[in-house]
This record gives sequence, structure tokens and C-alpha cells, in this order.
Amino acid sequence: MNSMSYLKRRIVNRTMLLLSYGSAVLGVAVLFLILSYIVVKGMSSINLDFFIKLPKPTGETGGGIANAIVGSFIVVGIASVIAIPVGVMSGIYLSEFGKNRFASLVRYFADVMNGIPSIVTGIVAYVFVVVPMHRFSALAGGIALSIMMIPIITRTSEELIRMVPDTIREAGLALGIPQWKVIMFVVLRTASTGIVTGIMLAVARVGGETAPLLFTAFNNSFMSLRLDQPISTMTVLIYNYASSPYPDWNTIAWGTAFLLIVIVLIVNIVSKVFTNTKYSL
Amino acid sequence: MGTRFGDRIIKLLSLLFASIIILLIAGIIYELISGSARSLSTFGWRFLVTSTWDPVSKVFGALPFIFGTVVSSFIALCIALPLSMGIAIFLSELAPKKVRVYVSLMIEMLAAVPSIIYGLWGLFVMTPFLQVHVEPFLGRYLGFIPLFQGPPVGVGMLAGGLILSIMIIPTIASITRDIFNTIPTLSKEAGYAIGMTRWEVIAKVVFPQARSGMVGAIMLGFGRALGETMAITMVIGNAPAISASLFSPAYTLSSVIANEFTEATSKIYISSLIELALLLFIISMIFNAIAKLLIRKGRFSA
Repeated sequence: MNSMSYLKRRIVNRTMLLLSYGSAVLGVAVLFLILSYIVVKGMSSINLDFFIKLPKPTGETGGGIANAIVGSFIVVGIASVIAIPVGVMSGIYLSEFGKNRFASLVRYFADVMNGIPSIVTGIVAYVFVVVPMHRFSALAGGIALSIMMIPIITRTSEELIRMVPDTIREAGLALGIPQWKVIMFVVLRTASTGIVTGIMLAVARVGGETAPLLFTAFNNSFMSLRLDQPISTMTVLIYNYASSPYPDWNTIAWGTAFLLIVIVLIVNIVSKVFTNTKYSL
Repeated sequence: MGTRFGDRIIKLLSLLFASIIILLIAGIIYELISGSARSLSTFGWRFLVTSTWDPVSKVFGALPFIFGTVVSSFIALCIALPLSMGIAIFLSELAPKKVRVYVSLMIEMLAAVPSIIYGLWGLFVMTPFLQVHVEPFLGRYLGFIPLFQGPPVGVGMLAGGLILSIMIIPTIASITRDIFNTIPTLSKEAGYAIGMTRWEVIAKVVFPQARSGMVGAIMLGFGRALGETMAITMVIGNAPAISASLFSPAYTLSSVIANEFTEATSKIYISSLIELALLLFIISMIFNAIAKLLIRKGRFSA
């Protein structure tokens, strides 16, 4: 340090801090750049028909993506039905009974599961569900997404249940309430806001996934409510329509992207605000 | 007695659900290995080092895809690393509290944007821009380097690396910020007290203490980039080529699975694709496991 003059040190300091400010500005700018394109290019295709009509063949104007909206909700719904009980119960196990080696193994495996690339999840659901059923189905898509959801919900539930102070547990037990009632009605209820937020974030996260659905839920140009049939989803629709050579389909892809990003960002912002005020996480 | 029974039920029930996680992982590993058995036994280790991918004559080699995956992720890391460090320093050391809250939120939003949306934007906005403005410019002034030779087509390795870098910046930046925040103020104040500048405190007090956690964050980001599918599939050009030029199209493990799995007809074709998935699984597991260890260690030592 002695070899450097004071001036030189100040210049280095200034430069590096400026670079740091610059990267923060760039990061925020990229977000706004992407969002503004989605808004500008996507908003124009949003109208009532977009929500209630089925896709039209290229060349015909109008039409909507009703089947994909419904499909996305069905697939994510299936995933939630599977992943929420598994995740929350595992979270209870890890936080309330989790001081043993088996629990650390579960924790480790949940982390491993969280790191599985989404496309691999698709392959796994294909082998587990599509091959035995001999066809693509909404169910397969839901199971693929649930594999992604389980570890997220498990780890957030564990963390949030652990944050409930022990004094609350002890107060319940001191009143002679059995442990299972303390867990289900006192601890879980105290942590419930946080857990619900965690679940919403997990839903938003898997709702935007495409790769696991490509060869599980596949695609369907019609409205389908059946769980054992291929189904259209917003994300796969964006992929197919974006890669198509027809400009009118590209426009629909932008519109769908706009709808998707609005949903995802709203869920994210709402849950951030929620957790910040409630728990100051 | 009744209360005991209830207690035992909830313990057992929650244990049962927790076991599902372990069973699932075991099932996933088993299925990936048994699914790729045919390809494993037919091609053996050659699968990793041959570059022919020919469904017609049923010869499969993963080299171009491994190359595409590793190189695109490496490019992403080169771009994302300095930027994420800058953002992390800004958020933990420089920004006033109000600004910090909003910038943090926006960086987290960047992580929440679905990958397909990055792909859509990359395909229709970024790649044309690269083709018209960036690549000709680079080719004209840096064309003597093999990295920047060849026709500017927009889609390719450079586009893939760029889009991945945007996607991993939030991961690396937010973990690094968390680690910086665990560095005791006392040690920073000690630095200021002996007359260090702000940057010197960051470089000589904060960095050394956060080192293992930073390496962990970087590896986690790299792991994310390796497994990314949709965005990169839409911008990398999907051609199984091994080229020195960043402008030329490439192909990744995840993209080839996404594009070809539904069209695969022969058993050996499907098996080879599942082996690619197995490969991807193993690579990202390794990176994740090491990253988690380093991040945990980084937090403890702080």
C-alpha cells in the first residue's frame, strides 16, 4: 500500500465504486428493457377474445388462448395438489423432528432435487408417467412440475416453521395440549402466512416453466379439461408460436408472454411485500 | 393414551412424507440410469468424446453438446461475474437503505422472469441487434482473433452466453450480497480506522473473508447456466458444431433434449437422449453440491 500514492489510491477507489454503481444500473436497466419490450409488443394483443377464444389458424385474425390459460391452471393445480401436502409435511418433519441423520439426509436430497435442471425433470416425468400411460397428459405435466415444487415448499416451510419461537410451543404444551395439536393448530397457524407466501412463490416459479412440459403435457390446439389427455399451456404455447414463421403467431406469443409476466411479477411482488411486513425476512 | 397416539401419528405421517423426497431422488437416478442403459452399453465412454450425432445410422456422440453447454455457460460466467460482484458490493456496501430495498427487489424480479420470456426476448430483440450492430462491429475491429470471425448470424454461442449471463446474475449477486452482509462491521471499521479507502476495505477486508462463499455463489450460478434450457434453445442456433468463433451456432445438452425427444423414434435414439439428461444431471449435481458446501462454510466462518 505504501508504494501507491494517495492520489492513485483515490483514483482506484473512485473507479471501482463507479463500476459497482454502473453494474447495479445496468442490472436494473436490463430488467426494464425486457419488461418494456414485453409490454409494448404484448399489450396490443390483449383483449376480451384473447381470454375466451381458442387459437385460430394462421392467416385468420382474432382468436385467443383460452385453452392455454385453462391448461396452465390445470397443470399447475395438479402440481400444487401433489407438492403442497408433501412439502408442508416434510417441512414439519424437518423442523419439529429434524435433529437426526435421516433429516439431514432429507434436507440434502431436497437441495439436490432443487438443483435438477428442469429439462431433466421432464425426462423423468416422461419415463414415470407418459411411458406407462402411452400418451402425453396433463397429469404427466403436473407431476413434472410437482417434482420441481416439492423441494422449494419443503425448505421454505421448514425455515418458516422453525422461526416460530419455542416459547409458543412450550406455552401450548404447558396447557396440556398434546404435541400434535400444538403443531397443527398453534405452530402451523403461526407460520401460516409465511408458508402460504412460500407456496405462492413456488407456484409462480413452476407456472413459468416450459422445459418440463414439452414432452409431458405436450400441446393441444383445443380446449381440454381431461387429465389423461395432452393439454395446452401458456409457456409451451409461447415456445411454439415464437418459433413459428408466422408473424401473427409471433404476436400471440408476445401477448401470452405479457399475460404470464404480469401474473408472475404480481405474485412475486405481493409475496415480497407480505413477508417484509410480517416477518421482516 | 389418546394424546400419545396422536403425537405418534403426526411424527410418522410427516416422516412418511419426508421419505417421499428420498424415494423420488432414488427413483430419478434409477430411471435415468436404466433409461440410458442401452446407450451406455452400446457406446460406452466413446459417447463422451465422439461428435457424430446421426439418428439415421444410429451413431450418437455427445461431444458437440458438452462443448456447447460448457462454453456457453463459461461465457455467461465471464460476463455475469464482474457485474454480479458490482451489484453485490453496491447492495451491501454502497447503497443507501431505501435504494437498496428497491434495487434488491428488481434484481430478484430479474430472477423471477420465466426462462421462456428471456428466450422470446432474446430471439426477437437481442439476436437481431447482435446480428446488425454488435457482431459486425466486433468482426471489423477484433476479427483478427478467431473468436470473432465468421458471418454475423445473430443466433449462436455469443447470444447464448449473453442470455444465460442475464439469467445467472441475480443468483450470483444475491447470494454474494448475503455473504457480504455477514461480514462483521467491526472488521470493516478496523480497515477504515487505519486509513483504507472504501474500495480497499472491500478488496482487502470483505473479499478475503467472503472468499469461499463467493466461489460457492459462482459455482451455483454456473450450475444454473449448465442446466438452463428454454432461453438458450431459442438463441443458440441449434447446430451441433464445434467452432472457435463465438458467432457460430452451437447446441447444448438441454437444447438437444428439448428439440429431439418427442421426435426420437428408435430405442437407441431415446436412450442416447436420456444419457444426455443423465450427464446433465450429474454435472449440475456436482456443481450444486460443491457450491452448497462452500456457501455454508462461507456463512459459518463469518
